[in-house]
Amino acid sequence: MSYLANNAQTVPTGLRKILYLNWPLTLLLASVAAVGFLMLYSVAGGSFSPWVEPQVKRFILGLAVMLVVAMVPIWFWRNISVLAYLASMVLLLAVEFFGTVGMGAQRWIDLGFMRLQPSELMKITLVMLLAAYYDWLPAEKCSRLQWVILPVIIIIVPTLLVLRQPDLGTSILLMAAGGGVMFLAGVHWAYFAAVIGAAVGLVAAVFKSRGTEWQLLKDYQFRRIDTFLDPSQDPLGAGYHITQSKIALGSGGWSGRGFMQGTQSRLNFLPEKHTDFIFTTLAEEFGFIGGITLLFIYLLVIVFCIATALATKDRFASLVTLGIAITFFLFFAVNMSMVMGLAPVVGVPLPMVSYGGSVMLVLMGAFGLVQSANIHRPR
Amino acid sequence: MKRNTKDVEASHRKMSRRALFLGGLQLAFAGGLAMRMRHLQVDQADQFRLLAEENRINIRLIPPARGQIYDRNGMILAQNSQSYRITIVPEDAGDVDAVIERLSRLLPLDPEDIERAKTEMRRSPPFLPITLADQISWDDISKVAVNAPALPGITPEVGLTRVYPQREDFAHVVGYVGPVSDYDLSKLTDPEPILRIPRFQIGKVGFEAKVETSLRGKAGAKRVEVNATGRVMRELDRREGEAGADMQLTIDAELQSYTQARLGSESASAVLIDCESGDVQAIASAPSFDPNLFVRGISVADYRMLTEDKYRPLANKTVQGVYPPGSTFKMITALAALEEGLIGTEETVWCPGHMEVSGRRFHCWKRAGHGHVDLNTSLKSSCDVYYYDLAIKVGIDKISAMAKRFGLGVRHDLPMSAVAKGLAPNRAWKSETYGQDWLVGDTVNASIGQGYMLASPLQLAVMTARLATGRSVEPRLVKSIDGVEQPGGAGEAMDINPNNLRTVRKGMYSVSNERRGTGYGSRIIAEGMRMAGKSGTSQVRNITAAERAAGVIRNEDLPWERRDHALFVAYAPYDKPKYATAVVVEHGGGGSKAAAPIARDVLLQALYGGTPPLEAYPTKDRSRIQAQQERLERERLKRDRGDDSEQA
Repeated sequence: MSYLANNAQTVPTGLRKILYLNWPLTLLLASVAAVGFLMLYSVAGGSFSPWVEPQVKRFILGLAVMLVVAMVPIWFWRNISVLAYLASMVLLLAVEFFGTVGMGAQRWIDLGFMRLQPSELMKITLVMLLAAYYDWLPAEKCSRLQWVILPVIIIIVPTLLVLRQPDLGTSILLMAAGGGVMFLAGVHWAYFAAVIGAAVGLVAAVFKSRGTEWQLLKDYQFRRIDTFLDPSQDPLGAGYHITQSKIALGSGGWSGRGFMQGTQSRLNFLPEKHTDFIFTTLAEEFGFIGGITLLFIYLLVIVFCIATALATKDRFASLVTLGIAITFFLFFAVNMSMVMGLAPVVGVPLPMVSYGGSVMLVLMGAFGLVQSANIHRPR
Repeated sequence: MKRNTKDVEASHRKMSRRALFLGGLQLAFAGGLAMRMRHLQVDQADQFRLLAEENRINIRLIPPARGQIYDRNGMILAQNSQSYRITIVPEDAGDVDAVIERLSRLLPLDPEDIERAKTEMRRSPPFLPITLADQISWDDISKVAVNAPALPGITPEVGLTRVYPQREDFAHVVGYVGPVSDYDLSKLTDPEPILRIPRFQIGKVGFEAKVETSLRGKAGAKRVEVNATGRVMRELDRREGEAGADMQLTIDAELQSYTQARLGSESASAVLIDCESGDVQAIASAPSFDPNLFVRGISVADYRMLTEDKYRPLANKTVQGVYPPGSTFKMITALAALEEGLIGTEETVWCPGHMEVSGRRFHCWKRAGHGHVDLNTSLKSSCDVYYYDLAIKVGIDKISAMAKRFGLGVRHDLPMSAVAKGLAPNRAWKSETYGQDWLVGDTVNASIGQGYMLASPLQLAVMTARLATGRSVEPRLVKSIDGVEQPGGAGEAMDINPNNLRTVRKGMYSVSNERRGTGYGSRIIAEGMRMAGKSGTSQVRNITAAERAAGVIRNEDLPWERRDHALFVAYAPYDKPKYATAVVVEHGGGGSKAAAPIARDVLLQALYGGTPPLEAYPTKDRSRIQAQQERLERERLKRDRGDDSEQA
């Protein structure tokens, strides 16, 4: 007799579920999406096309997806985790063989009505599978080596596939989110310390090797690193994007240059201004106040997720909610670091704000899981 | 799977701890992001705002309108007129080749221009207009306008270009402009940014080049907002430039045009100076060329035609050409002797047709000799032996000094290209230049303006004006700048005995007004208009003893390049000198035959301010003169009509 079955009677059923929907979280998500609409309207030069309209449609579709996912009991999602992961895997492999090449990388499957990015789907299904795995695995076993290897394989395989596309940003997100779930599940900290130590050692070795006979990277790869560390060295080449992005941010000042008044974005100095670099437009037009407000809303979303996770006694529900929180956090943290010149440009969108269907739908589905965890916790 | 409740509780607590730990990490990271944002947006905001402004704001120069050039009566000599050119914006054109093909059916396009335009297209962003054809006629522009729907991306544009409505008449004076070349830029240490504007025109030759800085003006600037690819989004503000100064020349366009026509197709030049003010009223060099050809960019064939012509149409012979002044120099030798008191007006010299000087025989142009010759006769008949004798007495240094006082061997600083200094040689000059002693023979040659002696037509005109007035007249070309009158060149009285000057002038009067005078054939008979002159025929070769023995070959029988230069200097009226002139016909033969009629006609034209009445000419010449006047009038009319039909 499982712990869950014991308490099933106290879980809300039927239409009453809607009352238990986390309305503040829904509202926060809607406001993030609204910021996105506003910025897309601005970068289109004050027009609903070509970006705002599809984005609104996707958000409405996303809301529907969230509601449907939220209504389905969380244990159903736990039970299909393996299936979902395998399905994502198949799609990833399909991209490898039949994907459409766009922006120099093979990322999409054209489904006719929309382009699906399986790597986005994988971000959630990976978290689901890991959560289900640790729900199934007795807590005392999770630090044993043989039980650590399996989740590592679960993480590494999709990561490598995504890296092949090549999509460095998503691989980093997959690894970090997967590692995060393992950490939360209670895997001994020494494993993480070892991995982090090894990584730091490797980076140090790479830099030390420069200019010696056993140089580990090619010269051009070193130059890319140089450009990241000091974009002004190469103002018209690879450093151009990051330099322009920083100029846009900085010129926003305290309160910004005003809605639709950002010269950097309006005059096309910003790259990818409707996708990865949309935050720069926000920061340019609404300044420090605008930027910090969005950051605050994002943090509130995280807080709601953690609160939900801590409130439920269901291990899968907690882990999946926390995993989604980590993924969401990684999205905006990497994106913001990137546009502020703190991280290399790796191609991670600003969640729910950047133009893009897959991320929007997948994230809304993920928040559906969070809502489901909230609704279906025993009361 | 069975689980112990206690274990579940424990693992849940562990997860909660770790969740809070990670949450804390996330918060800390977000805090870091906020700090970074603050650093960029608050601490460094001003710096980044400046960079953003630098990004979007471009400063574009506005070329100033070039100063216009007028003649003394306000007739326009160089103006800026609207020129039309056809440009293509590749991005709007779509299929560029097809559009150009359609355009070429409407108006003639130079394949060279098309090739250049296509190269340019490959280099510049697709929204920048590229010139396909320049200097398009209004007709062609309207054809393009009518067919606009079939020619996407094609736009007729209006610009300013330099036009010289007087064409050939002022080519040598005003010169011409052309686009700045790399060579022009390389000559300047710190070229103004305005010079880097594509197709910006600067003076290349002549007056246009000499007063370039005044004519050019100051560039204006406008600030425009551009996007990342450089496309101009809007104009923010503009500061207008300063137009170049308008220049008024001392030249009379009517007289200049007449003089140019009168010189005709000879390789010749003529200068006419106002004795009272030094104003250069006509300064023509023939043959000439159309300066507008150079503004448009002259074709290789046309340019070759100009450079290979043995009459050298590109040279401005009035100031660049230097010639042995020949007998026109005799007044200087005479004055030098008179001022030294070495001769009296009554004293005579015996001319047997030659003179022996240190073992060498120097001939008079008249082989039979002039017999007894006094000063007046020596000028009138242009006896050479008289001056040989005089020069030996005076010595070269005195003669040279006198020449310099009359403006020979001295550069007159007119704003024209390559103004020659000429040469009035003396002992020091020869020893410096050749390291040789001056010989008596050199003095003998110099006395009749041969040998080392060299002068430009301008210098000869100045000399004549000084002889006529007794003042050191300075030539002046610029009458006013932007309406401000420039100082005149009347000059101070020269420190020369007026009696001596009068003697020389009388001699010049005899040349033109007495029978047997060398200029008698080209005299003016209108009272109060009579002219005084002096002919000159300068050899461009040495006549060898063998040639002389065989009998001097007549000029007409020699090849053109070896014939003598014909010169004539004159001023009029004799009693009250108003104009002085000098005419040189290269290889024209005798001065009295080839140059004197031109000098007379130009003087009369100036004195009457238009076509002179036939009564001013000797009776027997009148029918010939009338025919000549009519012919010149017809030619000028024909040319003017030609101008009109081309502009229409």
